[in-house]
Amino acid sequence: MDILHSIFVAPFIEMGAYPDFFLQVVWEGFVAGVLYSLIALGFVLIYKASGVFNFAQGIMVVFAALALVSLHGMGVPAWLAVILALGIMGLLAVGVERLVLRKLVNQHDAILLMATIGLTLVLKGLGQLLFGGEPKPMITEELGLPTGSTDWEVFGGIVIFQHIDIAATVVALLMVLALALFFSKTRIGRALRAVADDHQAALSVGISLHQIWAIVWFAAGIVALVTGIMWGARSEVSFALEIIALKALAVLILGGFTSIPGAIVGGLIIGIGEKLFEVYWGALFGSGVEAWFAYVLALIFLLFRPQGLFGERIIERV
Amino acid sequence: MTKRTLLTLAAGVLAAGSWMPVAQAQDSLYMPSMTYRTGPFAGGGTPFADGYADYFNMLNERDGGINGVRIEVEECETAYNAQKGVECYEATKDKGALAYSPLSTGITLALVPKAPIDEIPIFSMGYGLSAAAAGDQFPWTFVYPASYWSQLSSIIKYIDDNGGVKGQKIGFIYLDAAYGKEPIPLLDQLAESMGFEVAKFPVGVKEMQNQSSQWLNVRKERPDWMIMWGWGAMNPTAIKEAAKIRFPLDRFIGNWWAGSNNDLNAVGEAGKGYLAANFSGIGQDFPALQDVLTHVVRAGKSKVASEDDVGNVLYNRGLFNAVILAEGVRVAQEMSGKKIITGADMRDGLENIDLNEERLTELGLPGFTGAVKGSCADHEGNGAIFIQQWNGSDWEKISDLIAPMSDVVRPMLEEAAEAYVSDKPDWQSQTCN
Repeated sequence: MDILHSIFVAPFIEMGAYPDFFLQVVWEGFVAGVLYSLIALGFVLIYKASGVFNFAQGIMVVFAALALVSLHGMGVPAWLAVILALGIMGLLAVGVERLVLRKLVNQHDAILLMATIGLTLVLKGLGQLLFGGEPKPMITEELGLPTGSTDWEVFGGIVIFQHIDIAATVVALLMVLALALFFSKTRIGRALRAVADDHQAALSVGISLHQIWAIVWFAAGIVALVTGIMWGARSEVSFALEIIALKALAVLILGGFTSIPGAIVGGLIIGIGEKLFEVYWGALFGSGVEAWFAYVLALIFLLFRPQGLFGERIIERV
Repeated sequence: MTKRTLLTLAAGVLAAGSWMPVAQAQDSLYMPSMTYRTGPFAGGGTPFADGYADYFNMLNERDGGINGVRIEVEECETAYNAQKGVECYEATKDKGALAYSPLSTGITLALVPKAPIDEIPIFSMGYGLSAAAAGDQFPWTFVYPASYWSQLSSIIKYIDDNGGVKGQKIGFIYLDAAYGKEPIPLLDQLAESMGFEVAKFPVGVKEMQNQSSQWLNVRKERPDWMIMWGWGAMNPTAIKEAAKIRFPLDRFIGNWWAGSNNDLNAVGEAGKGYLAANFSGIGQDFPALQDVLTHVVRAGKSKVASEDDVGNVLYNRGLFNAVILAEGVRVAQEMSGKKIITGADMRDGLENIDLNEERLTELGLPGFTGAVKGSCADHEGNGAIFIQQWNGSDWEKISDLIAPMSDVVRPMLEEAAEAYVSDKPDWQSQTCN
């Protein structure tokens, strides 16, 4: 009976007894969810346009952020460092298209996945060679990002909002909006969708596959830079950031590999879900449930809805 | 012969060369350096490796080595991965390796059983298996100048001296790996005997930079003090999260692997007040450090990014690791009467070191650390630590040396050592006294 009480009654009593703390948990989960979504967005962009699960997205986040802080460390002003870091990600996109993707057109998905694993190793080595392996502080203030916090006094307690978290949320939402507009309203965006639907049909109407792939990898590079800035501001810029990208896999399984709204909703479900579960039910499992919660949730989705919440239904002819 | 054939031959010769065992000069001492300049823990591994290599290089440049024998330091990259660490060990042990310092509890645990077989001592300076402090059961492993358990007992002593621990709640946030879990048995024991409560907050390796859940739980549990057993990216994230929930940082103590300049540079002013344990001196203001600057760093023979990195907490820790090994070599040379010593000689040397203040002064490190004196039974040495505090831009030493609670820790260490060897019938122990 005690265990049933601990699962079904006690957590809800606690939520009701300390509503300010409950709101804080939800807010922290929301912020984490938004940040997971940012990582997932990079995966979705590339998967939509080329059907490639880009294993290198995590290291792209590290590479972009390290490029930014290293350039600033060399005396480059912050705004110029952002532009130059974007330029580096642009060069990377063209390089990947020329040296990797172009050679592998029409190859099996598994081969493309392996190619991105290879790319991960190359970027890891190149990043360490160019920028060093040591962690670096993110140039939060130099970029004009807000610091400090605001208290909201509610239900006899307080909810603390970090300004950097609010900024991360706003930036992420703007980015999603921009990407959604880009995909639906621009010529290149429509071409991207055409390529995603059918490579050969897109080629037959004169869409350049090479150009589209370079653009989409560059877009993923922009997302990687923004993600690196936001995660780096919460901790530091180091190669450990790459590991966080693994969480995006669970987000993608939930939201669907091809859906931008799916990446957002999936990120929020996992972000808020894991915080609530860790804080209110974690003790039942000896704490540390955050390490596996997202993957178990993803596994459940794989069993019952493998295409995710917003993904396209998988139909394969045999 | 065509150009292509020539190129193929050249490539073949190069490939064959890379497989040939590296012949070690008989007039040098081979000291392998397990490093991690790459991967998620490079922030700690890099300065440590620099300090380690620079001290040996300084001895080579200034004194021509130790008693006229040059030291050859060869790095092997482990990326803090136990499997790679064992590969490094296997690849270098036959080169005449005198001792291994893995800088990883995981790698140390894998190497401890190999040490007596290969007769090469493991020197896990302030990490690894705490029970290895019992030298009679672990003749080939050394944990100078203190084991994790001794360190934890000193931290608890510091808390006790600053308001008392009885009736308090102490939060313990730790990397959820062999390293982070190592002091938990002692923490539980001390909680029971000293009358305080413990709340544990594990942080998975994949969650190092994503700790808001753990710190929400800290806010919920409201501990009076927090102790951290962190490493790498976990440290700055934890300190930032602590500041976020407004936990008083002068009641948040990191262990000696959670108090480096790299950790706090990423936090800056927000980390002001944070405390950490340490056992190696801070800064460049020691004659030996000045010699390193003169003979190695300014001569362009160091890997440090800038002169300012010399004297940082983990740089000095790596340097101190090399100091103890160099002292072990000297003692071994004296005891064996040989200049070129073996791993077995090195073991004897390490066991008989006596780094007292007088000797530290001779070495150009006055007041750098507490005295370290080994013996057959004691592979831990003195075990004293001090507490340092982050002032917003650098560390300041704020306490005298705090001796461990040996009366509590030593019996537990001996018990754990006996438990470790009890199911290993071929285990080699030694008789002391």
